Amino acid sequence: MARTYVFPAPSLRWVPVWRRNLLVWRKLVAASILGNLADPLIMLFGLGYGLGALLPSIEGMPYIVFFAAGSLCTATMFTASFESMFSAFSRMHGQKTWDAILYAPLTVDDVVAGELVWSACKAWLTGSTILAVIVVFGFGKSPLAALALPVAFLIGLAFSSIGLVMTVLARGWDFFSFYMTLVLTPMMMISGVFFPAAQLPEPLPSVAKALPLYHGVQIVRPLVAGEWPPDVALHLAVLIVYALAGYWIAIVLARKRFST
Amino acid sequence: MNPLVVRGLRKSYGDLEVVSGVDLEVASGECFGLLGPNGAGKTTILRLCLGLVEADSGSIRLLGREVPAHAREARSEVGVVPQLDNLDPDFTVAENLLVYGRYFGLERHEIDGRIPALLEFAGLAGRASAKIQTLSGGMKRRLILARALVNEPRLLFMDEPTTGLDPQARHLIWERLRRLRQEGRTLVLTTHFMDEAERLCTRVAIMDRGRIIAQGAPRALVAEHIEPQVVEAYGAGLEAWAEQALSLAPRVERAGETVFCYAERAEPVLGALEGRSDLSFLHRPANLEDVFLKLTGRDLRD
Repeated sequence: MARTYVFPAPSLRWVPVWRRNLLVWRKLVAASILGNLADPLIMLFGLGYGLGALLPSIEGMPYIVFFAAGSLCTATMFTASFESMFSAFSRMHGQKTWDAILYAPLTVDDVVAGELVWSACKAWLTGSTILAVIVVFGFGKSPLAALALPVAFLIGLAFSSIGLVMTVLARGWDFFSFYMTLVLTPMMMISGVFFPAAQLPEPLPSVAKALPLYHGVQIVRPLVAGEWPPDVALHLAVLIVYALAGYWIAIVLARKRFST
Repeated sequence: MNPLVVRGLRKSYGDLEVVSGVDLEVASGECFGLLGPNGAGKTTILRLCLGLVEADSGSIRLLGREVPAHAREARSEVGVVPQLDNLDPDFTVAENLLVYGRYFGLERHEIDGRIPALLEFAGLAGRASAKIQTLSGGMKRRLILARALVNEPRLLFMDEPTTGLDPQARHLIWERLRRLRQEGRTLVLTTHFMDEAERLCTRVAIMDRGRIIAQGAPRALVAEHIEPQVVEAYGAGLEAWAEQALSLAPRVERAGETVFCYAERAEPVLGALEGRSDLSFLHRPANLEDVFLKLTGRDLRD
């Protein structure tokens, strides 16, 4: 039984799982990109220009520039969460795709790894498209902004692995609403996306510092503004810890779920 | 060495022991049937043999490899037909085969080379680009069988391969399974259709409550466990007839409104039934189902 808890050692067999999801995505590419980008871009331009016109500059930048970095991180978070929960759960639970894969020479570790990397890639695509919009509209002018690309992938990994923990725990679709409403939405509000996190009374800013979204925003915002982020090692470390811990927990729970 | 060797296999879920000491050995080229009522432990044994579930004790060798330690290597040469349809609904018929082949590490050109023969085998030639939702139950079942062959397995596990199919579809599956045996593949299937087991299997094991209670060739099991002639009688006059039947046949069973008489010679029973308008009857040779019901009882299992 000790084997249930060992840290996952997936083989490269996860690649066909990733390619399977890519093949499905290619069939629905227009709807998928529109679905992942429309919301954040409407928010970015609506709030950025509408609300931004009423506000003084924040942390030395126009509001829309301040908000653009938060928007990139939030959209990446939501794409990762939707893919790793609703889409992965549908494959695991409804379609029994995971069961079919496990007859082949793949293990649960491989399947979860394939889902994780896939979901992070999809999230990265959302994040990098928003970055492209940011650059095209002149909100980010520095070449440093390009470094937001790998950070978006890491944010994708962190939220996908947490999402997969929810997925392997879930017995039905309702379960995800709790996580969305009680975790993701409040996290978005306290993590410095719309306004600096310190605006809120304690303990909310401290809570935010324990959560991954805050640290993503703390790296991406200076990069977009053309500055090297302070405490970058700490922020990266928090995201990496969430990604690895989530991955491990998701795999342990998946091994249990699929060994009966 | 035989492709599947299982020794002293045990598995419990909580307090319930679902596999209680199972030994079985399947020879190369055999079609081996695991029979048993629902909950007998058949599906659990398949999952144990594939290394998807870990046994509490006992050993499994599948295609010469220790399971679960080397289950991954063993599975690369095994095909699986599951009980429930889990074809990929996002894909066409051919894409299902392509995507599944990749899980075995096959390259696209290898899989593309195999697809026409697999579709022909499944009776789905010309349906390569059909969507899964447009297939009938029988077509889906055949596609799952073709999918299980994409890696050219030496051994196939099939969990109730014909459950839910109409007679035409079942006969077609049976014909294909015979073809697979002719190609030298080893088949291991579970079923609770006794006619299916009798037609297809070289050897069967009858399971009940996690144990194998009889094992052998279907005809040999019938000869060993049951009288060769069976007369089933039912109708208004059953109460009186049930008493009388006891003196006519060595073994008489009653199940609800039917009396089953088992005997070496059916003539005395048939003679007594001759000309009775209050009873209908059916005379037939004994079959595997009679053995099954004798050994596992007539009570419902849910």
